[in-house]
Amino acid sequence: MRFSLPVDTEVRERLERLEIPFNTYGVDPYGVSKAYLGPVLTALKFFFKHYFSVDSYGIEHVSPRGRVMLVGNHSGGVAVDGAMVHASQFFEMNPPRLAQGMAEKFLNKIPFASPVANRCGHLTGLPEHAERLLADERMIIVFPEGARGTAKLYRDRYSLVHFGSGFARLAMKMKTPIVPFAFLGGGEAIPTISNAVSVGKMFGVPYVPVTPWLVALPLPVKLEIHYSEPMFFEGTGAEDDDVVSANVEKVKQRIAALIDLGRKRRTGEHVVASVVP
Amino acid sequence: MRVLVPGIAGRLGKLLATRLLEKGHDVIGIDRRPFREAPAGVSMFEVDIRKRGAEDVFRKVRPHAVIHMATVTHLIMQSEDRYRINLGGTRAVFEHSSTYGVEHVTFVGRHTYYGAAADSPLFHNEDEPPMGLASFPELADLVAADLYAGSALWRYPSFVTSVLRMVYTLGPTGHGTLATFLRGRRVPTLLGFDPLFHFMHEHDVVNALVTTLDQRPRGVFNVAGPQPVPLSMVIRETGRTNVPIPGFVFSNMLGRFGLPKLPAGALAHIKYPVTVDGGAFRKATGFAHTIDEMGAMRAYRKAFPRPSS
Repeated sequence: MRFSLPVDTEVRERLERLEIPFNTYGVDPYGVSKAYLGPVLTALKFFFKHYFSVDSYGIEHVSPRGRVMLVGNHSGGVAVDGAMVHASQFFEMNPPRLAQGMAEKFLNKIPFASPVANRCGHLTGLPEHAERLLADERMIIVFPEGARGTAKLYRDRYSLVHFGSGFARLAMKMKTPIVPFAFLGGGEAIPTISNAVSVGKMFGVPYVPVTPWLVALPLPVKLEIHYSEPMFFEGTGAEDDDVVSANVEKVKQRIAALIDLGRKRRTGEHVVASVVP
Repeated sequence: MRVLVPGIAGRLGKLLATRLLEKGHDVIGIDRRPFREAPAGVSMFEVDIRKRGAEDVFRKVRPHAVIHMATVTHLIMQSEDRYRINLGGTRAVFEHSSTYGVEHVTFVGRHTYYGAAADSPLFHNEDEPPMGLASFPELADLVAADLYAGSALWRYPSFVTSVLRMVYTLGPTGHGTLATFLRGRRVPTLLGFDPLFHFMHEHDVVNALVTTLDQRPRGVFNVAGPQPVPLSMVIRETGRTNVPIPGFVFSNMLGRFGLPKLPAGALAHIKYPVTVDGGAFRKATGFAHTIDEMGAMRAYRKAFPRPSS
């Protein structure tokens, strides 16, 4: 399959500056391909800069090089959050960075979705993949809420559900800084009123979000990404659960504080700049 | 050094024999197939590895090292015979090696050992178990042969065992599963899927075998050269035409329209990637590939240009 879709000039220029070991055909060892990134990021640019006109705060907390884990809350019934963080790292970092999502396992079984996601760097969310990417000094995006997080209904859009602890354990093992971020507005863009599990089964996905206009087409509402100071946890990753859980809780609290900060900012309240205690 | 090569009569065996002779080794071949165009200097014994004649070769020759290539991998031959060769043959090689004082045995296995599945990771490590057997039971004999060879590490402490899991071969002789798959003008693929394919030039495959012979690494090792590339790119760069076919149509077409009758599980191998981490082998032996993925694809294309209609 070859794309002959148009590629934006800025995207083309930024692709050349990505610090990824592409071979002469523009494919890296994980199969990340310039031929796919070009058109996909061109489309994402429209959504990032115009449709959602995403505002991001605190991008200076993200290091331009080296292994890093972006950890945030899920917001919106489909992967708008991940896509916008991906775009934010590509369009707002200098040099641009490739933020690689850890995709749900079902994605690889779906025709077209599988190669497109993989070629853009979003591999199946396996511990082996995360560890290998970090060892290669890459950037990964982790949503510790998992599919439970994307399934949040409109009324729960600012709450956090249970965080898995795998990411914290891995960050400790791989000596990786965690940059927590809050994603705001996804719940307004895609106000989920229900999740159709049986319809999802028919298409091989966990569920299909249902909105007041039935399908999960997002509204053009303003989205925000709030990045926070990196957090670093000492350890080996072999610690007891309570040690790891305490670290998970710290990240979760930081993200909850970021969400509060963002909500206040959205409603025009005066806010202090940092959520770091 | 006297090097015995069971399964020498294949295209790869010929390349290996030539290289071993160049390096000054005595090369002794065993194969039940005749070794056509055998390089001058190879002592060839046309016997079945499982038969008494093969043991006689071990007894008379007393090889220092054995490179065991006598496994049947193609899936067209799906019979008791294949099982017997892959399992019985491997067992015979190790038993005779133990009995007749061999110092080093290399088992040439395949990276497809790990299986292809939607949830399997890229770049398998040697400690990962084989996962593809549930969907692809036809591979069981090759997996069992690999595990049996691995068990020689503790079963036969008298010699060094190197179990190699090698990626696909691609090069001018057209040896191997991938090369065969790419032979025609049009290459069928599964619509909406484009897995990474991990392969290396046959020249580097032989390099890896010779390096193993020299360095005698003890253990189980993935052997990989350059990075994998998407199947669509392999098809394009070898000058073929990609014919994407929807999955359900594809499974019904197998065995018809000139397509080979493959087991359903084989489709997983053009749907999901099998890629391996060759780091441990490189570290243990200092092996480095000399031809990159582009070079391997170009070499194949030059030797096997796109067939005209």
